Amino acid sequence: MIALRDSLMELIRRTSAEIPDDVQAAILAALEHEQQGTIAADALQIIQRNIELAKRKSQPICQDTGSVLFYVDAPVGLDQLAFAEAARQAVREATRRGYLRQNSVDALTGKNDGTNLGPGAPTFHFHQHREPETRVRLILKGGGCENVGAQYSLPDEQLQADRDLAGCRKVILDAVLQAQGKGCGPGILGVCIGGDRATGYEFSKVQFLRRLEDRNPVPALDALEQDILKTANELGIGPMGFGGKTTLLGVKIGTLNRVPASYFVSVSYMCWAYRRQGVELDAEGRITRWLY
Amino acid sequence: MPILLTTPVSEAAVRALKIGDAVEITGTLFTGRDAVHKYLAKGGQLPPGVDLRGGIIYHCGPVVIKDEAGRWKVVAAGPTTSAREEPYQGDILRRFGVRGVIGKGGMGAKTLAACREVGAVYLHAVGGAAQVLAEHVRNVRGVYFLEEFGSPEAIWEFEVERFPAVVTMDAHGHSLHEQVFAASQAALAARL
Repeated sequence: MIALRDSLMELIRRTSAEIPDDVQAAILAALEHEQQGTIAADALQIIQRNIELAKRKSQPICQDTGSVLFYVDAPVGLDQLAFAEAARQAVREATRRGYLRQNSVDALTGKNDGTNLGPGAPTFHFHQHREPETRVRLILKGGGCENVGAQYSLPDEQLQADRDLAGCRKVILDAVLQAQGKGCGPGILGVCIGGDRATGYEFSKVQFLRRLEDRNPVPALDALEQDILKTANELGIGPMGFGGKTTLLGVKIGTLNRVPASYFVSVSYMCWAYRRQGVELDAEGRITRWLY
Repeated sequence: MPILLTTPVSEAAVRALKIGDAVEITGTLFTGRDAVHKYLAKGGQLPPGVDLRGGIIYHCGPVVIKDEAGRWKVVAAGPTTSAREEPYQGDILRRFGVRGVIGKGGMGAKTLAACREVGAVYLHAVGGAAQVLAEHVRNVRGVYFLEEFGSPEAIWEFEVERFPAVVTMDAHGHSLHEQVFAASQAALAARL
């Protein structure tokens, strides 16, 4: 239990302070690509310095340490109640140490008790698997980028978006246009086509567990991902919405079955401060491997 | 080269700025976000010790901890999304003589009009750059409304040195956000 708590605390610390390698590579590539001397290039340079500084000082990359989202692949027999309790203790201690901001507010009273614990905080998604290891992935998703997420119900008459992939393309690009720089771009899109209003958004966030450089195994979705990425980067929104060549760093799209009456496209936006890490744990809760 | 601004900022210095200018601010910043803006807009008074005349409000909910000696230490201090303060910002600029607002994502027509009227600018800091920006905070001079609003929502008084930002809404009615939106909307229409 103590080992598990300490492992999860280290997972939180590293997620908050260190950008994963795949995202770092994409930001460095963007920095090369952006025209030097512009405010867009200056913004990317500040972003790069920030990434280096946060890692060196072991402090949060962004002060909005976000919603704390645990995705747990658990072997059959894992005590999920005990796991969740250890995770809550880790969140409380990580907050005390400043890895997380006091970031959780009672929705009714507005009270922030400073622990980051409460209904839905943190959030757990448990999935059983028939393997001996426990794998824990963590996303810290800030509010600025969460606020620019969007859900469309197709057909959308105003956007002339039908219930097909061309319609999906239109609404996803509309989400990019509406977001501008407000979600701290350059951003990454997680998209779910299908599902219901709750599962659609939920599965759009699961896309953020994919590595940035991976390719979608479904050819039609892969083509759509590449198309949206290319087109978004031709819009001139740029880092922070300052104008420039880099609007998105990646697009990840998944699908869920829908009922015939509904056709939702749910778009989640992740800021450049893409805080996502994961660990594999042994039976005692010790870290055996980092996943990103 | 960035334009250097020192608080309190004069109206002339603010009117000389135009969108796209990089600036560096030295002096005092007061943080204020959702709770503070709503409170002030509903007629709330500034606490003793907080004077915003010629001053700059920073839309920021910092991570601040107490070190072993009991001194405040800023751990992370990047900007938060400014659009949420759009209903309140214009009135606050007028009522308290504020010359600048730092945030991210830009603001709307009401704030732009108030900037033009009173002589104020909107300054965009790099969102998410909490560590780089915290390095420019030299000292925490005080904190107000900590109990009432909680740490991220409190008014923190920061002494800053060469704090970097970009003018994205100036005192002449220009908004970089409006321009980029219009250009990107046209670019998208050509690609649908």
